[in-house]
Amino acid sequence: MSQSRAVPATRDASRTVTSGLLAWVWPGLGHLYLGRFGKGLVLMGCILALFVLGVLMDSRLELHLGLEDPLAVLFSAAQMGVGAPYVLARLLSSPVDLSLMVKSPTYEYGNTFTAVAGLLNILVLLDALDTARGIKGRS
Amino acid sequence: MLRSHLVNLVVFALLVSTVFATLLRDTNRERFKFGAMAFLAFVVSTLVIGWMTNPFPR
Repeated sequence: MSQSRAVPATRDASRTVTSGLLAWVWPGLGHLYLGRFGKGLVLMGCILALFVLGVLMDSRLELHLGLEDPLAVLFSAAQMGVGAPYVLARLLSSPVDLSLMVKSPTYEYGNTFTAVAGLLNILVLLDALDTARGIKGRS
Repeated sequence: MLRSHLVNLVVFALLVSTVFATLLRDTNRERFKFGAMAFLAFVVSTLVIGWMTNPFPR
């Protein structure tokens, strides 16, 4: 009896972990995996649009580590919240002189767009986890 | 790319309020209502704060 209950519990746990991982790797993918296609596509479109617009507006995608500038570390963490698009954008972007990038008139807007895209994706990840656990209803 | 402050504001408000509405409401009708309110709150509050700070450029 206990074995028959343990199998669905393990399946539920793996479903929750998989949806959480997919939601972080690519915005909206966690919801698509859970069968929430409409919701997943809307979230994917909005978050990717924010991130891509931010990159096009010369956002600074730099990895900050260490404690000499804690706000920059938080800013990096926020940008990385968007998952694979962050890695792709860093791989595809050519190394640019930082002083030139900072002079771009849209640089601050780009930073805001990319950081907010990452933070929103963390909310989307938490929503996917809640949906997988059954805490949130089907919508 | 997108050098107009107002266009940036509108695009940002539209995308963020759509995500919030999708996450925080369950039916399409509620989502539309919440999204519209959030969008208006973003745009109007930014314009009001911008207008209030106009006499203090520095």
